[in-house]
Amino acid sequence: MKKLLVVATLLIFSTHLLFAQKDLGELSGNISSYFQYLRTDSTIGATQPPEKALINSFANINYRIRGFKAGVRVESYLPRIQGYPDRFDGTGLGYRYVGYSNDFVDVTLGNFYDQFGSGMLFRAWESNTLGYDNMMDGIRLAVHPYKGITIKGVYGNQRFAFQNGKVIKSDGITRGVDLDVNFKTIFPKLEKSKFSLSMGGSFVSKFQKADDPVLNLPQNVGAYGGRMRFGYSGFFIDGEYVIKENDPSSDNKYIYNKGKGVLLNMGYSMKGLGILFSAKSVDNMSFRSDRTKDLQDLYINYLPSLTKTHTYNLVATLYPYTTQPLGEVSFQGDVIYTIPKGSKLGGKYGTNIAVNFSTAYQPVHHTSGINQNDSSRVTYRAVPFDKSNLKFWQDFNIEITRKFNKTFKAKLCYYNIQLNNNIVEVSSTAHGIINSHIVVADLLFRINDKHSIRTELQGLFTKQDRGGWTTFVIEYTISPGWYISVMDQYNYGNPIKSDRTNYLYGSVGYIRGSSRISVSYGRQRAGLFCVGGICRYVPASNGLTISFTQSF
Amino acid sequence: MKKLGITLSIIAFSLQLTAQETVLEKRDKTLPDMTVVDMDGNTINPSKVTNDGKPIIVNFWATWCAPCKRELSAINDLYQDWVDESGVKIIAVSIDDERTKSRVKPFVDGEGWEYDIWMDPNWDFKRAMGVNNPPFTFLLDGNGKIVYEHNNYSPGDENILHAKLLELVNEAKKEDPKK
Repeated sequence: MKKLLVVATLLIFSTHLLFAQKDLGELSGNISSYFQYLRTDSTIGATQPPEKALINSFANINYRIRGFKAGVRVESYLPRIQGYPDRFDGTGLGYRYVGYSNDFVDVTLGNFYDQFGSGMLFRAWESNTLGYDNMMDGIRLAVHPYKGITIKGVYGNQRFAFQNGKVIKSDGITRGVDLDVNFKTIFPKLEKSKFSLSMGGSFVSKFQKADDPVLNLPQNVGAYGGRMRFGYSGFFIDGEYVIKENDPSSDNKYIYNKGKGVLLNMGYSMKGLGILFSAKSVDNMSFRSDRTKDLQDLYINYLPSLTKTHTYNLVATLYPYTTQPLGEVSFQGDVIYTIPKGSKLGGKYGTNIAVNFSTAYQPVHHTSGINQNDSSRVTYRAVPFDKSNLKFWQDFNIEITRKFNKTFKAKLCYYNIQLNNNIVEVSSTAHGIINSHIVVADLLFRINDKHSIRTELQGLFTKQDRGGWTTFVIEYTISPGWYISVMDQYNYGNPIKSDRTNYLYGSVGYIRGSSRISVSYGRQRAGLFCVGGICRYVPASNGLTISFTQSF
Repeated sequence: MKKLGITLSIIAFSLQLTAQETVLEKRDKTLPDMTVVDMDGNTINPSKVTNDGKPIIVNFWATWCAPCKRELSAINDLYQDWVDESGVKIIAVSIDDERTKSRVKPFVDGEGWEYDIWMDPNWDFKRAMGVNNPPFTFLLDGNGKIVYEHNNYSPGDENILHAKLLELVNEAKKEDPKK
């Protein structure tokens, strides 16, 4: 009895010590699940899959203790939801890593995501809403030899697909090194000044075996570049220039041209005013760890498109644009201004105006003096920012937001979007530029502290493609827990009268802290679904959707 | 001796109980030890960020996220009052990637927001915090422990966040009446 008591006491004391030191580490992560039950609806071309019901689920778990870190992601597609890429199938471990970090070093073994500079040379990233994942499997090491200096190295195979619950990796190996220097941090004298200056450089290389009977394909392809960012008070300018060595691939039809990319951003801002100008030129910059792949498979780099990411349904999903990796010259400008509160025009709370313009053109390929059929297989010469008159895209938009009083806030918007359907094909009937005008009124009424109603009235006008559309949204929210919304899209202007369809869709959601459950039912239009610069096509559907997310 | 043993056991056991109580409270999650950057490219270690023992709010948002912008502009109208009451600091973490990242600074200044802005273009911080989709809000007490988190934004949610903030202020006063 005595012994037992002593042992018990010791045990309890020791576990208490553990608890007292809180040496249990920390867990964080999330779980989400997305379920669909689909019906056939011949009016909109929606079909029922043989399984009738579809489900995507993920659980991310991260653990860390005293510098040590580890994590896993379990993924499940039984089967994948409609429109999700066919690179996802089965249940299993999609991601796992271990690592350690302190002030000097940060090392990860296993899977990791990372980005060098603007990502034009290297970006490993994921988006489960899009079904995009090109994570690395290997080692990542970052060291901070001196404050303000970071050297990173990455080495690994990329994720290609997830089949029968197992990750399928690229044959090719991707490796790279990146240096980043922040002068403001290095020199303490600069710390309090309005100047900031940082510079960086990267080298990325891929290896893939080559045994082509005709072409002498490079097994190792290198790419490199430098970047700089300078700021003074409210002004900043940053830029990156990258070059890729000859990289014959199915994307560029096995030519031996080098690839080039330039990205420039310039901005000025002060309280109440922000101005931004961006320019980008890319030529032959599709960079994959497998030269035979296409679609969104095995990209090593990421080419950001210089366009505003729109949120309203008709603006975002009908005519979106993404960067043309083989070549484009694009520009963007932004002015964001708040008319001061209390002024005659600004009203009691101020009025916010945002104007944005973006455009993209085909670059010029100079072919004079170049023999198309010689053995060098360099088929043209390109100069950065040398653009032709062939327009890929143009977007002019203006958004005005004003809070009138404590209960009413309104946002009025106009968009003119021109998309070249010969380049980015969104319609099987349209040719050349699809020119559309869109107007949106977004009105928010706050009934009291908890209850509010928001409506969106959207109208799209075009003579091309499927003609005009309207979207009507009404959303009732009770803070913090509930929302209910109804959306109707109507293709009123369709030249074929029998195709003037209504797409009615209703949702109810409940939120409690970091849990969220929503149930939706109705019709969804076929269209492009985009996040960041990447879009996926989602077919028309009619049915029930239940989604659940939990963070911890 | 036996008595002593029993007494010790009881003491140890009760210690254990009180210790467990604090463990069970949702107060053991903090900001991770990693690297993020601000709008000027300066590096920050979230685990080392403090606010002189005052609360911190960390909010994940993006320039393309409409409810996020609604939430942060609603809070912006109240921010000065909140600072006066609680000394709170708000950190707005932009998850804009390379496509829209350069718009963040002109946007924040154009809107007249006075938050600290961190940049998370490749979602490393978002992943480490277990955030699914923006907007996502964390409230940290004066010791850097997360005491409240909320996903989504409905108009009025800022009042609940404000109430939680006041709870923290009252708690801190109870612990140290001089404050």
